[in-house]
Amino acid sequence: MSVHTQTHTGAPAAARSAPAVPNKMIARDVKVFYGAKQALKGINVEIQENKVLALIGPSGCGKSTFLRCLNRMNDTIENCRVEGLIALDGEDIYGRSIDAVQLRARVGMVFQKPNPFPKSIYDNIAYGPRIHGMASGRDELDEVVEKSLQRAGLWNEVKDRLREPGTGLSGGQQQRLCIARAIAVSPEVILMDEPCSALDPIATAHIEELIDELRENFTIVIVTHNMQQAARVSQKTAFFHLGDMVECDDTEEIFTNPRDERTQGYITGRYG
Amino acid sequence: MSVTAAKSHYQSEAFARRLRARYAAERNFKIAGIAAIAIASLMLVVLLSSIVTKGYTAFWQAQVRVEVTFDKAQVEERNYTAILRQGLYAQFPEITERGARRTLNELLSSGAPYELEAMVTRDPSIVGTTRTVWVRADDEVDQFVKGYFTRSGPEAERRLNDAKIAAVDALVAKGALVQSFNTTLFSAGDSREAEQAGIWGAIVGSLLTLLVTMSLSVPIGIAAAVYLEEFAPKNKWTDLIEVNINNLAAVPSIIFGLLGLAVFLGFFGLPRSAPLVGGLVMALMTLPVIIISARVALKSVPPSIREAALGIGASPLQTVTHHVLPLAMPGILTGTIIGMARALGETAPLLMIGMVAFIVDIPHGWTDSATVLPVQIYMWADSPERAFTERTSAAIMILLGFLILMNGLAVFLRKKFERRW
Repeated sequence: MSVHTQTHTGAPAAARSAPAVPNKMIARDVKVFYGAKQALKGINVEIQENKVLALIGPSGCGKSTFLRCLNRMNDTIENCRVEGLIALDGEDIYGRSIDAVQLRARVGMVFQKPNPFPKSIYDNIAYGPRIHGMASGRDELDEVVEKSLQRAGLWNEVKDRLREPGTGLSGGQQQRLCIARAIAVSPEVILMDEPCSALDPIATAHIEELIDELRENFTIVIVTHNMQQAARVSQKTAFFHLGDMVECDDTEEIFTNPRDERTQGYITGRYG
Repeated sequence: MSVTAAKSHYQSEAFARRLRARYAAERNFKIAGIAAIAIASLMLVVLLSSIVTKGYTAFWQAQVRVEVTFDKAQVEERNYTAILRQGLYAQFPEITERGARRTLNELLSSGAPYELEAMVTRDPSIVGTTRTVWVRADDEVDQFVKGYFTRSGPEAERRLNDAKIAAVDALVAKGALVQSFNTTLFSAGDSREAEQAGIWGAIVGSLLTLLVTMSLSVPIGIAAAVYLEEFAPKNKWTDLIEVNINNLAAVPSIIFGLLGLAVFLGFFGLPRSAPLVGGLVMALMTLPVIIISARVALKSVPPSIREAALGIGASPLQTVTHHVLPLAMPGILTGTIIGMARALGETAPLLMIGMVAFIVDIPHGWTDSATVLPVQIYMWADSPERAFTERTSAAIMILLGFLILMNGLAVFLRKKFERRW
């Protein structure tokens, strides 16, 4: 499965497996400004391959801002300025050699609110592979759609109604459709911005299971407000506070033995 | 303590009064709203019924039956007037005197001989035969038959004298003067003679003008809106452009006519009265309307759709053309069609570029002299003949028909392409 992913994106395999860079992505002293307002004050994070990194912290602390830096979604925001280094496989994603559009195919994103295109379920999945020329011919495209929906755990529910609009699905199904749409273009990293905040507990459990399965093939960064969720799905957790990253460690460490008292205060629910 | 206090407040007489006042205010507001709608509907009904009652008779036209002999010599001389008059005089053998015969001549449209000529041109084999033909009656006879002219009162104050009335009555009694559907109204160009005047020339002129307008303002307007809304940076220059576009939408249309006169006629030397120039001027006029409505439509597409497309690696242009534009299309179409409908009903800018002209010929190209529907209405409304009054109303009905058609199309397209997200 993972080999299949890599052949599609065509990323240099050497850079990926080089022992000197064990991290899929690294951020060094990342500062973000919205006009004159500074949203991030120098973030340093390593994102390890095939692990789930959870970003937690109170509202307005910059988790989502940081997440959106990782695939340059902040480019679309007027007056947004990013400083510092963010590298994917050792390559600066804000550098000249990387194209923002291509980067977003390699670093996919799932949003807070399910946002399927108002098109058929099939076209929702097939759109990405189509524009990136990843499937030649009808059969290959069908295969990509089926595989993506299967990986997102949605295939059995929608296989008989692929022509129906994606917006007609339930909220949880829509979010899994969006995940399937993201993995259809075989990204290397998937960013999830509070993917369960609009879903009920059952749909949330579905997505969490899915995240755990997807870890095999993808590197995942998830922003969440739900402490239990962070504890359940992630291997690494980073705690953000007021534009700073307070600490980043193994999830177990963060939740059982936080070094900073702000982290402790937040995870025990004393403030946030 | 506080609970009981609050309870007593909500049960007090003062509170009940306030509640009654609130309901009364709501009721009064509803009554005012219903009254406003009722008054507006009444106005509309009065307007439409006045137009329809004045104009429906224009769809009928009095025709006179004449037995004519297409004499070979007269056909060669193209003396169709004589052919027609001989046929007419034959129906009144008792009238032989010159003056009385002149009265008979006036019963028929001055265009009637041309109808005979057209018949011969169509089918030359009828030369030498005698045929029964129906030719248009003069517009005064037509109006008299429709009951618009009085037959009583002093003869000098009447449009038709006693002799003419007698002749008309005689023809009606014989069944030789009847009203039939007025095809001329839909097939002819303008004319000084009401019975020969039609609006086909104006319809063709309007269509040519609208085609020019549409093919220019729709692509330019949508492209400008997409650029301004999706790509342009937000700075003081784009702010300035936005303010100017909004101002242009409110500029009186005659100003655009002056611009067209100065630029298209004066500078580029394009022909006067041409649908091409009319269309260019209308395009300038509708551009701001289309840009504004297209921007509103683009703005109403939720940003999550853009994020979704960008998030899987679509380029900004792909995001717009594959997702945003299709979703905004119903709104853009509605705005466009409303802009076109406005252009269809516009007169003022065309005054400036010479489209208010008496044009008999049907235009065949972009640079032929032409007029448009609202201008035709304006010119007919200016004509003193009674028959033009009803034709004015008829032309208004036809223009309204086109406008309703276009607005219906806008509603249909919006419903058809509307998608939920």
